[in-house]
Amino acid sequence: MANKILAVLEQRDGLLKRSAFETVSVANKLASELNLEAEAVVVGNEISNINDVGNYGISKVAHLKNAELVNYSSSGYRDAIVNYANEVDADYIMLANTSLGKDLAPRLAVKLGAGCLMDCVKLDTSSGDLTATRPVYAGKALVDVKFNSGKRVITIRPNVFKAQPSDNSSVDITVKEVSSPNLKTRVVEFKKSEGKLDVAEADIIVSGGRGMKGPENFYLIEELADSLGAAVGASRAVVDAGWRPHGEQVGQTGKTVSPSLYVACGISGAIQHLAGMSSSKYIVAINKDKDAPIFNIADYGIAGDVFDILPALTEEIKKVKQG
Amino acid sequence: MKIAVCVSHVPDTATKVKIGEDGKSIDPNGVTYVINPYDEYAVEEALKTKEKIGDDSEVIIITLGSDISKESIRKALAMGADKGVLLKEDNQRDSFGIAKALAEEIKSQGCELVFCGKQSVDYDNSIIGQLIAELLGYSCVTVVVELTIDVNKLTAEREIEGGKEIVESELPAVITTQKGLNEPRYASLKGIMTAKKKTIEEKPAVDSINLTEVLRMHLPPSKQTGRILGTDKSAVPELVKLLREEAKVL
Ligand SMILES: Cc1cc2nc3c(=O)[nH]c(=O)nc-3n(C[C@H](O)[C@H](O)[C@H](O)COP(=O)(O)OP(=O)(O)OC[C@H]3O[C@@H](n4cnc5c(N)ncnc54)[C@H](O)[C@@H]3O)c2cc1C
Ligand SMILES: Nc1ncnc2c1ncn2[C@@H]1O[C@H](COP(=O)(O)O)[C@@H](O)[C@H]1O
Repeated sequence: MANKILAVLEQRDGLLKRSAFETVSVANKLASELNLEAEAVVVGNEISNINDVGNYGISKVAHLKNAELVNYSSSGYRDAIVNYANEVDADYIMLANTSLGKDLAPRLAVKLGAGCLMDCVKLDTSSGDLTATRPVYAGKALVDVKFNSGKRVITIRPNVFKAQPSDNSSVDITVKEVSSPNLKTRVVEFKKSEGKLDVAEADIIVSGGRGMKGPENFYLIEELADSLGAAVGASRAVVDAGWRPHGEQVGQTGKTVSPSLYVACGISGAIQHLAGMSSSKYIVAINKDKDAPIFNIADYGIAGDVFDILPALTEEIKKVKQG
Repeated sequence: MKIAVCVSHVPDTATKVKIGEDGKSIDPNGVTYVINPYDEYAVEEALKTKEKIGDDSEVIIITLGSDISKESIRKALAMGADKGVLLKEDNQRDSFGIAKALAEEIKSQGCELVFCGKQSVDYDNSIIGQLIAELLGYSCVTVVVELTIDVNKLTAEREIEGGKEIVESELPAVITTQKGLNEPRYASLKGIMTAKKKTIEEKPAVDSINLTEVLRMHLPPSKQTGRILGTDKSAVPELVKLLREEAKVL
């Protein structure tokens, strides 16, 4: 029997997250390259879109179910997944490097006696074994890493690997009731943040820095973000000044993001800011100082005044979106 | 109660990374090392907790690293921690090897509450706190921005995508700290002077296997410098056209 790779799928409010489909796709790819069998597992209560995983070519999904596991419980999720991984004798466990994945992966690793590699952006099997690449020093360098252990836990950076739809849509979903979950550590409440979209999950981000001059001008950033369906981000300078909430901070001590498009407005491009966003696919910079370091990593730039450019940009985007 | 704070000594976040001779780590020449920024929140929270629960509690700083790491221990002592332990190790270890040695020391010191930063800004793993918790069988809450500790119960707010989770758990526990939890105090002159008299115990880190291994370190492919399309709003139509037709992101 082939060795197994178990993709751990993340759900919130009973909905599988986008990263779940990425995780399944990467697990499938690794399975085919290393001759493994891929399976998926998800912990929660009702999961309304669980059938959608079938569209990503996985044939077996275990739903570890209990009404008390509707919210994340690190102890409860850990025990449920460890038991299941032992039952099917999985060698590889894969998760997305989200808040939940980061919290859970190392715990699974200790319980399973596995090595653990976090936040991988590339998985290479050309040598016959797995070599993973992960960013270090906030993306200023990368390391290629291998496992010395037989059992292996891997987390993959969200938004880097694409979810691959596949024709094979028959999926066997087994519901397994988790009896008396371990709720020693558990989420008792979730407070949704005011902002509509979170930078950590957005495909497009419009960020503002000190060049916006004051919190009252961030409507310009918000309007551009709205026109693009984007999340609003911020530099540390404006978060520390209290212009924007901490959850929006991008960078070394904020969030690391890799959206398809990052628009930096009135941001100088300090090394700690770049640390959080330099792996974005496309970067646009708007800054009146043509020598600002942000232009060194931008794909497209306008060396001008945000108060002149942002309203025009929002108008133009609206125009092309309509036409 | 004994409270442990795990502190790592790391290159300053403004460091320009050059690859070292071994091809696996950075060239330390000219690099300034500092206490890991997230660990300052951990030290501060430990001190606040001690102040709240009373004087018979003790804050112990534990660091695994070479001699130079003592600087960060001193810094934490100057902020007000009671004593430091340096687990000496001159070689690279993987996270598991670091966590194993830290966990052993925490156990032998009898600490029931452990603070770590949410992440070391060198290897960016965000993993040590959770590993320590599992190795010791402690509860663990990560990326904490608000914390209340009662007798045997704790309530923490943690930052996640799209909001905050309120988590309840029990002691003994490991907490990993995030910016926003507190404002780390500055060391006073008196603090700096008394820190010089506090002991830093040194001992070899217990052996451990490495479950993962770095093969090589490399720099990201350098990006072609982009195009500056103009200096005012007349460049906007071209920008939008490029985003649509070249980048295909709209
Ligand atoms: C340990 C540590 C961690 C840090 N972590 C982070 C982090 O996570 N994230 C982060 O962002 N920073 C971080 N920083 C701070 C970082 O070093 C910078 O101070 C910060 O990013 C600067 O923010 P800014 O670009 O908004 O402001 P500034 O550097 O002041 O830049 C403002 C820019 O706006 C431009 N400008 C001004 N007016 C206009 C106008 N009308 N139109 C167009 N452009 C205009 C200026 O030319 C300038 O380039 C960290 C620092 C340290 C020491
Ligand atoms: N060598 C070390 N010595 C002591 N504590 C450490 C060490 N490395 C990491 N830590 C702690 O673990 C946290 C997370 O580190 P990491 O998992 O490496 O991102 C840090 O913020 C420190 O609190």
